[in-house]
Amino acid sequence: MSVSEPLVKVRGVTKAFGSNNVLNGVDLDVPRGSVVSIIGASGSGKTTLLRCVNLLESYDSGSIEVDGVEVGYDIADGRRRPRGERDLARIRADIGMVFQMFNLFPHLTATENVMLGLRKVRGMAKAEARATAEQWLVRVGLGDKLASLPIEMSGGQQQRVGIARAVAMNPKVLLLDEITSALDPELVGEVLKVVRELARDGMTMMLVTHEMSFARDVSSRVVFMDGGRVAVEGTPREVFGAPAQSERLRGFLARIELREV
Amino acid sequence: MNVMINSLPFLWQGLLVTLQVSAIVVVAAFVLGISLGVGLSFGPRWVAWPIRIYSDLIRGLPLLVLIFSVYYMLPLTGVNVTSFWAAIFALAAFQSAHVAEVTRGAVQSIPPGQHEAGKAIGLTFGQRMIYVVFPQALRRFLPPWINTVVSTVQGSALVSLVGIVDLMLAIQQVIGRTFKPMPMYILGALIYFAINYALSLISRTLEARFAYVRE
Amino acid sequence: MQYHLNYNFVWKYADRLAWGLVLSLELAVISIAIGCVIGLTLAVLSQGARRPVRFVIGMYVEFVRNVPLLLLVYLVFYGIPSIGGFAYDATTSFVITLSIYAGAYLVEVFRAGLEAIPKGLIDAGRAIGLTPVQRVLYVQLPTMFRIVLPSLSNAFISLFKDTSLATVLAVPELMFGANWIYTNTFRIVEVWTVVAPIYLVTGFVLLGGLRLLERRFAIGRR
Repeated sequence: MSVSEPLVKVRGVTKAFGSNNVLNGVDLDVPRGSVVSIIGASGSGKTTLLRCVNLLESYDSGSIEVDGVEVGYDIADGRRRPRGERDLARIRADIGMVFQMFNLFPHLTATENVMLGLRKVRGMAKAEARATAEQWLVRVGLGDKLASLPIEMSGGQQQRVGIARAVAMNPKVLLLDEITSALDPELVGEVLKVVRELARDGMTMMLVTHEMSFARDVSSRVVFMDGGRVAVEGTPREVFGAPAQSERLRGFLARIELREV
Repeated sequence: MNVMINSLPFLWQGLLVTLQVSAIVVVAAFVLGISLGVGLSFGPRWVAWPIRIYSDLIRGLPLLVLIFSVYYMLPLTGVNVTSFWAAIFALAAFQSAHVAEVTRGAVQSIPPGQHEAGKAIGLTFGQRMIYVVFPQALRRFLPPWINTVVSTVQGSALVSLVGIVDLMLAIQQVIGRTFKPMPMYILGALIYFAINYALSLISRTLEARFAYVRE
Repeated sequence: MQYHLNYNFVWKYADRLAWGLVLSLELAVISIAIGCVIGLTLAVLSQGARRPVRFVIGMYVEFVRNVPLLLLVYLVFYGIPSIGGFAYDATTSFVITLSIYAGAYLVEVFRAGLEAIPKGLIDAGRAIGLTPVQRVLYVQLPTMFRIVLPSLSNAFISLFKDTSLATVLAVPELMFGANWIYTNTFRIVEVWTVVAPIYLVTGFVLLGGLRLLERRFAIGRR
């Protein structure tokens, strides 16, 4: 496998909500098999960037490629055309996403939540989909919750179903959007453990997080966003170890540490 | 008492017409109304706006005006239909606007995160509606939808005014022959009541179901 | 078939439509007023009332709500006098029907309104030493009025549209005016293209006015 070409390639992406410029030209690479953590204050554009990668938000200019394919636009004879619904669905199927608020389907059991995409998007037979779903749920430690509805599970359990639902689709890249922010502190560990295991197995991941120790621990690269741009980028050691390079990053880390202590 | 017993077969024919009109209208309004409601909620502006205008205009008119308009004016446009179908057309137009609003209320109660989760696993718009939105919206849809069914049965009585012999007109005709209005009206009221009360009981039972959503 | 529009016939009899509209509005206003009295009285009565009372009120509500209004109109005008040995004119009969009809819907509205009054307000009324009657007059009713106002507006507009049924008793309201012009001139398109907008515009103007009123009385505003 060629290591030269990054799996996710973000170039000069801008995005405005009305007159509010949220992304001001973001450049970012996510190499295959790596874990890139995006940190930054709220309003820095980190969640918006993540949502642009699987087109939950459209971007105004620039380009986002996943595995060599421009996700936002259909580029034909040099013109950018917004993608149609079917096209988008096909591309999104290969990009997994785990949400802050879990967003499990409340009318479906844990197994059915994971099965839905396998059946309707991947076209798997029912028995095969069920087996795959159960296998993933066992892997995230929910072998005893297969038939439970979301309402019957704790936040940590729901979020692990959310992860299983995303990875069961066998995505090229997994996007994790502040997946522990809505959890009680004692439930954070069980979710992060699952993510750590996925990283060890070589899953390419982009994650937005407020858990600095986790970002330091699991990431191959850390990106600090500020004012809709990538302000600092480097290995965890470079970003957390010697924060001399950016006044804003120093301030951000100091505030976070105060909160964590 | 004899009057009522002798009139029963005639009323039965009328009741069948009432049920037939209601059933056709309910089915047509269901299909049309859900489509309009989805267009109203998720369509681009050029889809949503005409539906908004259609719904507001139709719901702003008395049903009787609608029925008379269609009954008298449809023939002038060169469309030749029986009064039966003209009345059905008017009732269906009226009820579909109401079903569209019920649909809008129900699907818009589903939080955006559900749509996003559906998108994230690669479901298309149609798949998201069928597998994610509709099953959850059902509990908010059914009770008010059954109210539109009740209102359809009520409204169907107006077709008697364009000469269709439904239960209402059958009652009137029996009275015209027997000159005993009160027993016939009471009997007719009880028949309508039985149908509609049964429907509203179903609606109330359904409201209590669907336990998977936290409130 | 060629149809030539000629609105002169409609303008010639415009007064029938104008007076018809006035009568329609009058019918709606009187009916909602009486309906409010019925609805509020029964809603208050059914609060903490004994079972038979609640049952009777429930029967009234369910009966009226589950029978077509047209049948009620006939029943009150033709049915009741036939066994009572008396007669009343069509307009009176229709107002009675529409009031009974409105009352049945408004019982539910007022009942929900009474239940929606925050319990703390009643406690606060007690705490400053208001008598039960004073609490109803100065706390419960004003609060409930603001809560039910939007429902009352909708009910009123709905009643205004329902006045069109009075045409079957030859009450000279708007719908009857329209039918009269049609049967005397056969200018069907002209009549309906004038009458339908009259209903629509009146309905929207009423709605706009009532929404303004609601905002004026909205809780938390001055």
